[in-house]
Amino acid sequence: MASLDRIRNLCIIAHIDHGKSTLADRLLELCGAVDPREMRAQYLDSMDIERERGITIKLQSVRLDYKDHLVHLIDTPGHVDFGYEVSRSLAACEGAILLVDAAQGIEAQTLANCYLALENDLEIVAALNKIDLPAADPDRYAAEIEKVLGIPADSILRVSAKTGEGVAELLDAVIDRIPPPVGDPDAPLQGLIFDSHFDQYRGVVSSVRIMNGTLNTGARLKFVQAGAVYNAEEVGVRRPDPTPVASLGAGEVGYLIAGIKDVGEARSGETITNLSQPAPALDGYDEPRPMVFCGLYPVDGDEFTTLREALEKLRLNDSSYTYAPESSGALGFGFRCGFLGLLHMEIIRERLEREFNLSLIATAPSVQYIVHKTNGTTLTIDNPSELPPADEVDHIEEPFLRATILTPTDYTGTLMELCQGRRGDMIKLEYLSPERMELVYELPLAEVVTDFFDQMKSRTQGYASLDYDPAGYRVSNLVKVDILLNSIAVDAFSMIVHKEKSYSYGLRMTEKLKELIPRQLFDVPIQAAIGGRIIARETVKAKRKDVLAKCYGGDISRKRKLLEKQKEGKKRMKNIGRVEVPQEAFVSALRLDD
Amino acid sequence: MTAPFGVYLHIPFCSRRCDYCAFATWSDRHHLHDEYLDALSAEIAREVERGLPVASSVFVGGGTPSLVDPVRLANIVSSIPVTAGAEITIECNPESVTDTHIASYVGAGVDRLSFGVQSLSAEVLVSLGRDHNPDTVTEAVALARAGGIERLNLDLIYGGAGESIADWQHTIEQVIALDPDHVSAYALTVEAGTPLADDPSRHPEDDDQADKYLLADSLLTSAGFINYEISNWSKPEQECAHNLLYWRQGNYRGFGCAAHSHQDGRRWWNVRTPDRYIDLITSNGTVEASAEELDSSRQRIEGLQLSLRTREGVPRSSLSDADINLLDPLIVVTEDIITLTTEGRLLANEVAVRLR
Repeated sequence: MASLDRIRNLCIIAHIDHGKSTLADRLLELCGAVDPREMRAQYLDSMDIERERGITIKLQSVRLDYKDHLVHLIDTPGHVDFGYEVSRSLAACEGAILLVDAAQGIEAQTLANCYLALENDLEIVAALNKIDLPAADPDRYAAEIEKVLGIPADSILRVSAKTGEGVAELLDAVIDRIPPPVGDPDAPLQGLIFDSHFDQYRGVVSSVRIMNGTLNTGARLKFVQAGAVYNAEEVGVRRPDPTPVASLGAGEVGYLIAGIKDVGEARSGETITNLSQPAPALDGYDEPRPMVFCGLYPVDGDEFTTLREALEKLRLNDSSYTYAPESSGALGFGFRCGFLGLLHMEIIRERLEREFNLSLIATAPSVQYIVHKTNGTTLTIDNPSELPPADEVDHIEEPFLRATILTPTDYTGTLMELCQGRRGDMIKLEYLSPERMELVYELPLAEVVTDFFDQMKSRTQGYASLDYDPAGYRVSNLVKVDILLNSIAVDAFSMIVHKEKSYSYGLRMTEKLKELIPRQLFDVPIQAAIGGRIIARETVKAKRKDVLAKCYGGDISRKRKLLEKQKEGKKRMKNIGRVEVPQEAFVSALRLDD
Repeated sequence: MTAPFGVYLHIPFCSRRCDYCAFATWSDRHHLHDEYLDALSAEIAREVERGLPVASSVFVGGGTPSLVDPVRLANIVSSIPVTAGAEITIECNPESVTDTHIASYVGAGVDRLSFGVQSLSAEVLVSLGRDHNPDTVTEAVALARAGGIERLNLDLIYGGAGESIADWQHTIEQVIALDPDHVSAYALTVEAGTPLADDPSRHPEDDDQADKYLLADSLLTSAGFINYEISNWSKPEQECAHNLLYWRQGNYRGFGCAAHSHQDGRRWWNVRTPDRYIDLITSNGTVEASAEELDSSRQRIEGLQLSLRTREGVPRSSLSDADINLLDPLIVVTEDIITLTTEGRLLANEVAVRLR
């Protein structure tokens, strides 16, 4: 077992695209952890979706040997949706490499994670990456980091993860500057689980940091918060290939396999201890709280059972989403699902489709509202169709966020316009440097979950970055807008919106649906309504021509095939009343680009 | 009376390719005319020897049949065994017809010509990429009649770019004035892979084509024509027998490249290019490219779909009561049969996909 002063536990805090995975690759090579013949780019990003999107969702920790030291590199998720996971992995570390693109400077979320690391008393080793780029301006961004974080500019290293330049120096600085872990090897076992994933052969594999005591293979373990008991079937370290060990001592990081079938039993933040000599739970455990909700429905109603099984199975792997059956007049049977954020929602949906071969319709995303009724009771709803009739509602509260945006100063105006258009209240506007600005706004979550992030990116050519924290509930003037197709309300399109925006929402949806709904055998009115009052109307005129004109030289087969294809297409339509609506219409209509 | 049997001959050559056309025709293979006609007669001779049924109708289509040597084509037509009074039609482009054509065709028993008129508006003809003008059509019709051909079909296309309702009305009125016994009017259709498909600015609009269809139907009906199939109108008793064969799931044999055949539920078609066709015939190989055999239920549905296009209609029981209800404005329901209304003919696919 390693002595504590020879151990370093650290993570890399970096914005998407600032080169974290590439740096991890170089570190693996430098420490001889990966056979050069087996090296592939972004070695630690294990899921396809991660590689495709260039983001880390699930954590991989790896043990490196460097100059007589054990260096545990703990990867962190790179998106604002996964803030809680970040906080748990920071709790497993004594230090962090702050990696900043030398051509772009620090981003909002990196800054937020860095603040979080400083609050956790982590030692920050800052490095500017991509110094090989012609556009790199390390001096400028070093000065910025000093101004924003108080890290002396002359202590900031300069590296190129791509070429390997400066990487050894960075690792030396890690050994030098990051303190070794503190812990009592002889105390009762306290281990912090900071990540779990489900392996179809091994069950749940958890990443664990031993705070005190020793984790022995074969031990009877108590999972304190889950209240469950399991055997430590295998304890090991990733080098990066999993390598079983007899035990992990205080300060060490490794993995644990304990025959668990459900990641919900071994959540991030869980404390493990020995059943025979239990220790109390570590601080900082929190249940994941979904912030964004939507209905997920199978395109083919027959796939409802498959979807339920898929949700059950995927949840073994990611316990941070919730689901409950619901039914929709328009879409049939499906599930109401809650997610940590929009990206999380997209990822889960994509994984359900990809890994379980499903084709899904997602309804408009919603947040959780608190409805105060006139009879004095309150109601929490995350589905617009649950909103009671207007005369029973006294007032409604909606969740707000405190959003921090870092941006080049050129885009300040357009971002202020965006935030104000989204009902934001400005809290702070401050220059970080002559070129960079920090904006802090309080915004309704509902205004952020639609397409705020995309809008922010497109208005700033991708240069602005965003981080946010919940900022409580506030009373807002909210109404439900219903969309009626041939006089039948389509619940999937209902949305709770601010009263001032209800007209534009209604107009936009009716206009959009007019383009998306194919002409039928009769006129189809598309209306937007608040309560019984129609606020917008479009009409899809009845179709007048749908006929194959001629038959070339007796080629009846072609004609028949075209009709067979048309018949197949009809089967893929959802019938809403007498109106046939193609799946694409749901998908496109709910994509709320402005 | 024995069941009707049709023979189709395909002539895959055109002087230039219309940019909306996706059919098997070539404008750069004129050097193949002779070899192709040789192959065609060889295939016919071979099949006659194998007992080709006697044809009650022959249709020579293309492409542009009038482009190839009329004497040679007439000889080939003569080699096909036909019943007494068989209908024999040749498709012609108005600009390529001469006295010689007519005389040769008549000599081979041809009693009907089908002219690719498309439009009688000069601008629309240009926009469709056709080589003739309205006067050429009048001359061709006169030539045919002078040569002794009484049965004439004029083929029209509506919905080309720049064609106004007035242009179309003018075309129909001029066609009626030429007094043919048969008119086919086809909605211009955007076929994948054609230059037209790549130019959305020239794509026809459904509503405009619907208006033009209704206009054509009304003008032709007033002039004594009967609509017997969605795109076909004729004077009483002057329906195209060969055309009806297709809609009645009749048997026919196609000769030439890309020609289609049908025999009792088996449908097959020949190789697509003339070069390949010539090679295979020369080497005494089979020219069948592919085939399909429909099971009885698909065959039945196909039969209903085809029949629905004609004034003969389909049995009352081929649609559910719910569908009859939904389709009410588009269909005429009698005790025994269902036929399409004029508006319904424009939505025939909607009805066809509901047949059961």
